[in-house]
Amino acid sequence: MQLAVWTYEGPPHVGAMRVATGMQGLHYVLHAPQGDTYADLLFTMIERRDRRPPVTYTTFQARDLGGDTAELFKAAVREAHDRFRPQAMIVGASCTAELIQDDPGGLARALHLPVPVVPLELPSYSKKENWGASETFYQLVRTLAGPQAPPPGTPRTPGAAPSCNILGPTALGFRHRDDVREIAGLLGRMGIAVKVVAPMGATPADLTRLGEADFNVVLYPEIAGQAAGWLARSFGQKATKTIPIGTTATRAFVQEVAALAGIDPAPVLAAEESRAAWYARSVDSTYLTGKRVFVFGDATHAVAAARVAAEEMGFRVVGLGTYSREFARELREAAARYEVEPLVTEDYLAVEAAIGAAQPELILGTQMERHIAKRLGIPCAVISAPVHVQDHPARYSPQMGFEGANVLFDTWVHPLMMGLEEHLLGMFREDFEFHAEAAPSHLGGGAAAPAAVAEAPAGPADWTAEAEQELRKIPFFVRGKARRNTERFAAERGLASITLETLYDAKAHFSR
Amino acid sequence: MSGAATLSHAGCAEAPVLRERGQREVFCGLTGIIWLHRKIQDAFFLIVGSRTCAHLMQSAAGVMIFAEPRFATAIIEERDLAGLADANEELDRVVGQVLARRPDIRMLFLVGSCPSEVIKLDLSRAARRLDRAHAPAVRVLAYSGSGIETTFTQGEDACLAALVPEMPASAKAPALLVAGVLAEVVEDQMRRLFDALGVGPVGFLPPRRARELPAVGPGTRVLLAQPFLAETARALEARGARHLPAPFPLGAEGTTGWLRAAAEEWGVPQARFREVTAMGEQRARAAIARHRDVLAGRSLFFLPDSQLEIPLARFLARELGMRPIEIGTPYLHRAHLAAELPLLPRDALLSEGQDVDRQLDRCRAARPDLTVCGLGLANPLEAEGLATKWSIELVFTPIQGYDQAGDLAELFARPLVRRAALTV
Repeated sequence: MQLAVWTYEGPPHVGAMRVATGMQGLHYVLHAPQGDTYADLLFTMIERRDRRPPVTYTTFQARDLGGDTAELFKAAVREAHDRFRPQAMIVGASCTAELIQDDPGGLARALHLPVPVVPLELPSYSKKENWGASETFYQLVRTLAGPQAPPPGTPRTPGAAPSCNILGPTALGFRHRDDVREIAGLLGRMGIAVKVVAPMGATPADLTRLGEADFNVVLYPEIAGQAAGWLARSFGQKATKTIPIGTTATRAFVQEVAALAGIDPAPVLAAEESRAAWYARSVDSTYLTGKRVFVFGDATHAVAAARVAAEEMGFRVVGLGTYSREFARELREAAARYEVEPLVTEDYLAVEAAIGAAQPELILGTQMERHIAKRLGIPCAVISAPVHVQDHPARYSPQMGFEGANVLFDTWVHPLMMGLEEHLLGMFREDFEFHAEAAPSHLGGGAAAPAAVAEAPAGPADWTAEAEQELRKIPFFVRGKARRNTERFAAERGLASITLETLYDAKAHFSR
Repeated sequence: MSGAATLSHAGCAEAPVLRERGQREVFCGLTGIIWLHRKIQDAFFLIVGSRTCAHLMQSAAGVMIFAEPRFATAIIEERDLAGLADANEELDRVVGQVLARRPDIRMLFLVGSCPSEVIKLDLSRAARRLDRAHAPAVRVLAYSGSGIETTFTQGEDACLAALVPEMPASAKAPALLVAGVLAEVVEDQMRRLFDALGVGPVGFLPPRRARELPAVGPGTRVLLAQPFLAETARALEARGARHLPAPFPLGAEGTTGWLRAAAEEWGVPQARFREVTAMGEQRARAAIARHRDVLAGRSLFFLPDSQLEIPLARFLARELGMRPIEIGTPYLHRAHLAAELPLLPRDALLSEGQDVDRQLDRCRAARPDLTVCGLGLANPLEAEGLATKWSIELVFTPIQGYDQAGDLAELFARPLVRRAALTV
């Protein structure tokens, strides 16, 4: 058993729901107890979808467990088919139904429905959400595109205009909606036709046509890597490896795609402008140099973000981690590049401890790291799922492509600017016009609410008044660290009191 | 008020109930933990379940999950499924982990889930074992919050029912016991009213601290603050307590009826009762009246969720002039709703259980002005042009008593006011 308060990923059947909900004309019948319908609200609330996910739950209860759950399941499949008339169906079990061992695939087959029915085996007690999405997409692609596959060894017939599929976007994906638009636009400007985008927006009929494209663009390997591998074996379609997050990676992506399509990337590269690249070079960004950044998320976004942070923002990566165990190897390779210890864990307490040890000035992570950052008083930006409702924004905000690079620059720098603003206000707090009781000049009378700054309680060694005063001059977001380090320094040396000298000795000792 | 007219008929007391089963778009009882752990301040709720259970709690708790909540999930893994002995050892280890990290905890609930029940992991036995191991610092109890056994608020019922055997036996003197989680502000208001009426002593179940359980015995009179407490009431009756039939304290009328049930039992003179309640009732009616223009005459459709649907429909029909078309409830307890059913308009359809697609067909055909439903259905129905009120808010917001009656009405008025205000 594993003790958990917070989980980075849901169970695998939620991954299957993400595929089904992203697609059209597909219906998912999930053998599950009453209550598992909670997952619907991830789609209707967090992603704000305007229709129910295409999922029918059998919602069995204790009194059904005597033996007719199989009958219940068959009735649910039959009724879902009759009501929704999908082009294809997927059937499977949630964690509880996995234990009662009805066979969804066999039961559905016995109904002889006039549409393809894809059975899913999603082991809930060993696998998780992204694996579930990947497996579901792979099984759908195999079942629906499989019959079109040419005999092994058949060479691809070169088409007139180069074409590709875009693979990986799903419902509830972090910025999938806008990434697809950004990348499809980029491919369009290169003169490459996009045949099928899947799973998001695709119908089962669309999946049967996957083999027609020349190659595949894999945006999210966590979800589409497995299916792309099968398509490569079955249709000889090559797949992109570069994740176009950041200016450099987007340029590399354009070159990779051009090579696959047999075209010249130069015109597109010359025409594209990244505002982010110029912003990063502008003098205003000099203070970003060497800022210590901790990166955590799914492997694809974390690895890409670390590269952007180091090479395009001039930050120093002091921590890199992922919750995607399936991609631990890729993450370890990236961590080696920045000479940091790779962190592969699903335990947010381990992430919190690693952040505490690394003492970063910026955290790039998920919703959870946002809250860790809030607790530690460190600026933070979100780069990866899981995310809350505000990270499914109304405005256009891709992570990928050239516009994605612009979005990243703004998103990451903003919390640092806010931190700097806070610091400046804090520094000036003792000035006559900025002190806590001073009223804002533009508001006329009335005192402003005092800005409460929580100070850590004094440690074992006594701080002299002078040293305490000096400590207050240190920016609030590193003040806690300075206090802890100084006290540790004093304790290790058995000092009874902390003077100005101790403070600066400690600073010299710990400066990295 | 229209109330008097409908009262002369038998309301819905004898109306047939449409019983359906099929897909149920409802939460399981685990979600009750989210408000129970706020209320019982030194209790910890350890779900023994799957990643799905943890994910459900995370989705339902929202940002609360980041506030060091006093609940967690012991996620069953593949190797736990191999043999039961191993699962029990694992559970002991996880409980040790929790208690080491949270020394402030005085009561630990092992909460059963669908997976733990299907593999027949005996949590009652585990609780007894762990209780011995951690006595006297921590009391360990068990109950089921699984979807196969409980629907949403029934999780609170199961938890409170597990507390009943722990309550000390009372002396013979009569005492009032209010059962059901109420917001602290509401609890304090009610306590003041009972004091003014001379009703008491008054105990609340659950208490704010797990070990300060009120006593129970043959002299105890139970007033249910919530309509979903079938098991708890049964357990209290088994200890000799007697249930006082009353409407639920929603709206001016409901609150007065609820207080009256206790006042009559304590023989409070009518004049005294009016003296104590008149002011609150008047305040409530004035606050409610502000929302009447928006709500009167509007039709209303309840999908099943919390068992609060029937008392809410009664309040909205009688005090705000709304017209309930269908009132769906996950479970209809006739005895506990005996004071409510006669007050419902007779033409409302009562339904128990759910087949969600069929029910949505009825809802679409009826085109109600306001549909009360869960978050999985609300946005899709809004997109179809139906105004909705998401029901979960009704269990997290203080809505009982005189001084919340206006707020309660506003919860239903706001979606309609908003629709009228938006021009895009």
